[in-house]
Amino acid sequence: MDSSNAGSLMEDLSHYFSKNPPGNLTVDMENVTYLDDFGALVLVELRKIVVKGNGDFNLRHPGEKIREMLMFLRFDSLFKKVSFEKKRRQGVFVRLGEKTYDILADIKYAISFIGAITLSLGQHLVHPRLLRREDTLDYMKKTGVDGLPIVALISFLMGLIMAFMSSVQLEQFGANIYVASLVGLSMTRELGPIMTAIIVAGRSGSAFAAEIGTMKISEEVDALFTMGFDPVGFLVIPKLIAAIVMVPILALFSDIFAISGGLLVGVFMLDLTAGAYVAQTINTLTLFDVFWGVFKSGIFGLLITLVGCLKGFQVSGGAASVGQATTSAVVSSIFLIILFDSIFSVILRYTG
Amino acid sequence: MGRKAIIEVKDLEVRYGDAVIFKDVNFKVYEGEIFVILGGSGCGKSTLLKSMIGLLNPHAGRILVDGDEVIAEDDDALKIILAKIGVLYQSAALFGSMTVAQNVALPIEEYTSLKKDAVDMLVKMKLGLVSLDGYGNHLPSELSGGMKKRAGLARAMALNPKILFFDEPSAGLDPITSAELDNLLLHLNRTLGTTMVIVTHELDSIFTVASRIIMLDKKAKGMIAEGDPRYLRDHSQNAFVKQFFNRRA
Repeated sequence: MDSSNAGSLMEDLSHYFSKNPPGNLTVDMENVTYLDDFGALVLVELRKIVVKGNGDFNLRHPGEKIREMLMFLRFDSLFKKVSFEKKRRQGVFVRLGEKTYDILADIKYAISFIGAITLSLGQHLVHPRLLRREDTLDYMKKTGVDGLPIVALISFLMGLIMAFMSSVQLEQFGANIYVASLVGLSMTRELGPIMTAIIVAGRSGSAFAAEIGTMKISEEVDALFTMGFDPVGFLVIPKLIAAIVMVPILALFSDIFAISGGLLVGVFMLDLTAGAYVAQTINTLTLFDVFWGVFKSGIFGLLITLVGCLKGFQVSGGAASVGQATTSAVVSSIFLIILFDSIFSVILRYTG
Repeated sequence: MGRKAIIEVKDLEVRYGDAVIFKDVNFKVYEGEIFVILGGSGCGKSTLLKSMIGLLNPHAGRILVDGDEVIAEDDDALKIILAKIGVLYQSAALFGSMTVAQNVALPIEEYTSLKKDAVDMLVKMKLGLVSLDGYGNHLPSELSGGMKKRAGLARAMALNPKILFFDEPSAGLDPITSAELDNLLLHLNRTLGTTMVIVTHELDSIFTVASRIIMLDKKAKGMIAEGDPRYLRDHSQNAFVKQFFNRRA
């Protein structure tokens, strides 16, 4: 008898004894030469059935080895039902309190993290040699250059869709030319920066969180610390600079590709000339619009890096925690991007 | 002890790219013995272990585990072999998102028809065997190194495999914990009759547990010794073997 048939044997036995309840049961072990824990499990189950019927359970003539094994397994103490269920869920108020403490601790951690980054940035300003140039360039490539194709494609399609959808309405008024204004203005001021930031959050923010999180659980972050490096300066600053430089550039590319998408619809579906479309776009856009979009993108880059790295540093435990941090980095970044964009809109409304 | 060979390795050759790691490796592991694979760093001990458990396809040769070919088996045949073996990895490889009890219960629930109560009882017995009573609800990240190893051992033994493989079981353990683990292995070997194949460098551990050893060497690209470790220590003519057992540089 072994692991493969212990289950069916136990089922058969309990089936048999449920029909023929035993009074007392003695199991003759005289000819048993080998017993493992699956065998012992069958004996435990038998004993349970007999004891339930107020009978006596005995083992007769167990050999030396069998006795040793049963002692090793503490057969005599295996009476109680074992359960490895997790502790019962706490009451709603306890959980609410715990969650509140967690959130407070998170806020505290975030504040000290931002403080550490500010401090480290200050040190980098005073001693620019501290900056890890190669890492920074590498992250610029990963965040910017490698992200360009997908940003370009999505922006192009966004411009195309927007021009197509708005043309349906504007055509009714003979206002086809305003498709150029609509696409140009909305992409440059709002959608270009937001779409770019969301793509970067998905591509790079998640990568930052996963990279730092994995380094944290494999004690690489501790190793940096004990070698006298500042983990924040070493890991965060290059990513931060890369994102703040590259996200605005990507946003500019996004504007250009979106306008090209709109142009395509304008020329091939709305009978506009390319020249007229471009002239209308340039007329509508002010330099401020472009700079405003670029400025916002810089802030979005900052947010994405801060959140990604923060979530990475908060990883503890194992692989599951890294996954959680990555998800949470992307979701929080996207939320913060939209939140800050709303704040900027309000500011612009009351100041500009 | 019966002298039935449970593992046979014949003319095994492993390469990484063009580099030969070892070749012409021949040995047998007999049922119920504790067999230790030795050698300096980089000689291919772990590679040999990986070949034996089907994680790595060698360049040439045959490996028979309990009469079945490990190499080039189709997936179903390999599963039958895998059911006969258990492996304790160097880092214990416990699943971090599951409790210790869930880790041990996983193979039992998957491969037996036992009911939940019975599985829990069995898990309790397994954890008792490795002296981890009361730690069932802990997560692996809450355990010390030695406890992780023991939990990993309980999971490797979940289905009472015929053969247990260990990759550097005492790496990173203090001498006392390491000696306790050795005792545990000896005890399990005696009571359950499990054959054990161990890769290690720990000299003390080797002399305590090993019934027989083989030694691999990087320069010779193959086996340079086989037999009883005490005999080899005192009588081997090979310079490397002497150096190894007497800890000389």
